[in-house]
Order: sequence, then C-alpha cells, then structure tokens
Amino acid sequence: MSAQHGDRAAAAKTPGPLSQLAGKGGGAPLLRVEGLSRKYGGRIGCSDVSFDLHAGEVLAVVGESGSGKSTLLQLLATRLALDAGSLHYQITGRGLVDLSALSEADRRWLMRTDWGYVEQNPRDGLRMNVSAGANVGERLMAVGARHYGEIRSTAKDWLQRVEMDPARLDELPTGFSGGMQQRLQIARNLVTRPRLVFMDEPTAGLDVSVQARLLDLLRELVTDLGLAAVIVTHDLAVARLLAHRILVMREGRVVETGLTDQVLDDPQHPYTQLLVSSVLQV
Amino acid sequence: MNALPGYNFAYLDEQTKRMIRRALLKAVAIPGYQVPFGSREMPLPYGWGTGGIQVTASILGQEDVLKVIDQGSDDTTNAVNIRRFFNRTAGMATTDRTEEASIIQTRHRIPEKPLNENQILVFQVPLPEPMTRLEPREAVTRKLHALADYGLMHVKLYEDIARYGHIATTYDYPVLVNGRYLMAPSPIPKFDNPKLHMSPALQLFGAGREKRVYAIPPWTRVESLDFEDHPFSIQRWQQPCALCDAEDSFLDEVVLDGGGRMFVCSDSDYCQTRQAAGHTGSENTPTEVSA
Ligand SMILES: Nc1ncnc2c1ncn2[C@@H]1O[C@H](COP(=O)(O)OP(=O)(O)O)[C@@H](O)[C@H]1O
Ligand SMILES: [Mg+2]
Repeated sequence: MSAQHGDRAAAAKTPGPLSQLAGKGGGAPLLRVEGLSRKYGGRIGCSDVSFDLHAGEVLAVVGESGSGKSTLLQLLATRLALDAGSLHYQITGRGLVDLSALSEADRRWLMRTDWGYVEQNPRDGLRMNVSAGANVGERLMAVGARHYGEIRSTAKDWLQRVEMDPARLDELPTGFSGGMQQRLQIARNLVTRPRLVFMDEPTAGLDVSVQARLLDLLRELVTDLGLAAVIVTHDLAVARLLAHRILVMREGRVVETGLTDQVLDDPQHPYTQLLVSSVLQV
Repeated sequence: MNALPGYNFAYLDEQTKRMIRRALLKAVAIPGYQVPFGSREMPLPYGWGTGGIQVTASILGQEDVLKVIDQGSDDTTNAVNIRRFFNRTAGMATTDRTEEASIIQTRHRIPEKPLNENQILVFQVPLPEPMTRLEPREAVTRKLHALADYGLMHVKLYEDIARYGHIATTYDYPVLVNGRYLMAPSPIPKFDNPKLHMSPALQLFGAGREKRVYAIPPWTRVESLDFEDHPFSIQRWQQPCALCDAEDSFLDEVVLDGGGRMFVCSDSDYCQTRQAAGHTGSENTPTEVSA
C-alpha cells in the first residue's frame, strides 16, 4: 500500500532530465515508433527504425551527413509520408493514437499545440515579413486567441524566456542575428507549451560561442518545461549535453542505441567507435 | 432587342453563361467559398472588371435594369464603358438610380441606399484570396480554407496594430461568411462591411484574372475579423457631405479649383437624390440675400 503510494508520487512528479530512468521501466510511451521506412526512388532515406520516447525524454539522433537523420525527423513529425511502419502518440484524454488514423484537422491541431518543430535554418521556421511578436503570437492566434494585449504580453514573456530583449518585440526578424533568429524560432514553438519538440541541427550554422549559449538555453528550457525532444545533430557534444538517450544512424539504419553516456563512453558498434574516436582526435 | 447584330445577348455565348451560372449556384450554396470557373477572354483587359462583367453577363435578362458604379460614381470612364458595353450587347435598360436597378455591378463601393430582395449586387474583384500576402502558395491557402484555419489573418491584423497602433486595413477588410469561410470583400472601404451582413440582396463576386467566383446569399451573417480589445469599427468624418449634408455616407475628399478642399458623398446617386430633395451642404448653400 505504501509502496504503491510512493510509485504514484514519483509518476506525478514533473519529468526532469533523469526521469527517463523511471519512465523506461513502465508506463505508456509518449511516442511509439515502429519499423519506419522511407525511400527516395531507389535510394534509402531511412529504414526500419523503431523506438519509444517517454514524456520528458530527450533523444539525440546522430550520424554523418546523409545517414538519414533529417528523413527520420520529418517522418516522425508527419511531414513526410511513410513507406512502411507506424507512429503512435499519446494524445491527452485519448491514449496512444495511430497518427495515420488522425484527421488532417486533428493532426494540424496536434502539430501546433502539442508539438514543435525547430528548423535548422531559422528562416524556414519563421515568418520573416512580420514582427517578432507576431511570430510568437501566431500559434496562439491559430488556436483561437483573440485578445491583442494578452497575445502581446505572452509574446513578450517568451522573448524574455529565450533571453531576447523584449524591446525588440515589434522588430522584423530580418534584422536579428542568426542566434537571435534561432531563439525566436524556439519561442514561437514553445508558446503553446508543447510536450514534444523536433529539432534539426538547431545550433549548426552558428558561431561557436553563440552555439554554446543556445545549448545552455535549450537545456534549461527542456528541463524546466519537461519537454520530450528528438534532436538531430552530427555533433556528439550536442548530444552529450542535451540528450538522455542517443540513436546512432548509418546509411538509413540504426546501428546502436542506448543511454547517452553509455554509448559515448563505451561504444559497441564499430561505426559508433569511429564517430567517437574522430571527435576525440579534434 | 436593339442589341448589336452578330453578338450573342450580353456578349458571352450561352454555353459559357451556363458554365458560369453553374459556378455561381455552387458559390451560393457554399457562402464565401471561392469557386473556380473558366474565365473567358473579354474585350477589355484584366483589372477592368472582366470577372464582374462575366458574372453580370451570365445572370442578365432582357427585363433587367442595370446600374454600374465605380468608386461610387456612375459617371467614371470605367462605369460608363461597362454600361455602354451591356447596352450595346444586350440592349437592356440602364439606370443611375439605386432603387430602380435589378442588377448593380460595382467596383469599390456598396450603394448607401439599402438594397432589397429583388436586387443583385455584382462585385469586381482583383484579388479573391485574402491570405495571399502572408501565404502566396495557393495549394496552402486552399488547405487553410478547407480546415477553416484562419489564424494567419489575425497575424496580419496583429501586425497592423503592432505597427500603427490600430488595425490599419481600411479597404478589402477580411470577413468571415456564415461563420465558416474567410472572404475578401473586394476593395470596398471597411465602411461598407456592415452592409454585407444580413443583406436582403444577393451578392456575387467575380475575379476574372484569378478565375474565381464567390457569393453571399441573402440574409447571411458576415463578420469583420477583429480582436476583443481592438474591435472592428468603420470610418467616420468630422463633417457632413459638403453638398447634401449627409452624415451617414462615405465621403471622398475633393480638391477645389481655388486650392481648398471639401468632403462629398462618394455615392453620386445618393448625393444627387438628397440634393434634389432639398438638402444642401456648406458648399452649395444658396447665396444669402444680405451677402
Ligand atoms: N528529397 C530527397 N530526394 C532524394 N533523396 C533524398 C532526399 N532527401 C534525402 N535524400 C537522401 O536520403 C539519404 C538520407 O538523407 P538525410 O535524411 O537528409 O540525411 P542527413 O539528415 O542525415 O544528412 C541521403 O542519401 C540523401 O541523399
Ligand atoms: Mg540533415
């Protein structure tokens, strides 16, 4: 009886960085991925990928260029059609739902409320011809917010949360640095408090010092908000810093998966060993 | 009747008219929805009302009485040309008087005089898609319409307020028709938006270049988009019309020969009718005997 009580208390706790250890054992996953495959003509994009992702868990997908990371991410986010496999997602109040059975309207609702997608190039994820405030407010308006003052103050709060100057609320993102644009894109995604965020190389293309600060910010946000995330990166240091678990891809297939520290400290697959040793040489 | 020989009644061949009427029936059945149609080449360039003209030509009968306005006036070149075009190709009666017309083709205005159940208003539309500026891809805007996903339009209004302190859109102000479809009301001033709502007249919209027709059936709800804390409002003027003293009409600023300026009704029929009934404004008050 008392043990049961203790379990429940643990389960109710906000998922934190270490919650995957609790989550892994029991409970339904947030996202269940089974046998995902996608070809481009004759060429393999990604092949037979399966994993579970739990609430609050951060998964890094690593591998060299062309290994299928972006393809996998787009399949997960239902931006790309599957050739084979299935995706199930835990929808609040509905349980684990087959995403292919969801209506287009429900799927879009999910994508703009419960999910986020951070593009590598912030220009692809922002509306460059409207202000920072409108960029952050767009999702709120899409789900029915109709009070200008409230939308504006929420947008302002989010600029502060991503460490941007709130005085720049009415400026166009075209005038922002790459790092600032990426922060704005993150704010725009998080404003509806999603539970799951997909990120494709979110820090690539930024100066090293800017990268480091953005990674710190991402780590804080993920922890504070209890976000689950799938982060694509070719940079093992990013995976080390942000991810609980890691999935190593090569030629469209998963060659190794496990807890981040285990995989990076004691890689089993020769390809992972090669990746890790090439980092150490730098 | 006395239409030009060699042309079919109202210029378009009967098959084309039937095709456009079928599109119009669909448009009436789905208020605010843009229906594609096979727009024909007309003897005038796009931008001169080819969409409106094709709609008018398809619904016109010999008993109809046509009024054509441009910027509220029956006398601008464009209005005169379109009226003459139908006069020659259909030989039917035309009028300047709003209440005498059974069909009113318009660019930029809705007449001030309330319309009735026996009238049809035909709008010339240059840009039928209200979301084009923020989302130029037509495949995307079509999907947004299908899903009634109109947050983007509020992004535009948000941006207006952020930039100018108020919703600066004054023409072609977006509306939601029958609680379902987002619609561009054509470049009428937002002053006219309330007239779209619950109008007893059938309202038809034709875009020639974009090959779309859409409609607001009689007695249909039409709401102008806004925010709770920035509600929709129409233009107001400090003074009444300088010619007819009207306080309830849309006014144009007119520069006088002497360099001064005055504000007068844009709806010329409305203004003249009021003047004929004895109303006078500041600019045409009869010279006083003592002066
Ligand atoms: N749109 C596409 N059309 C054809 N081939 C593609 C397309 N996108 C990716 N590929 C191919 O699929 C494989 C995986 O690519 P991608 O998922 O982009 O890898 P990564 O993100 O790891 O660099 C590569 O061989 C790539 O050339
Ligand atoms: Mg990639």
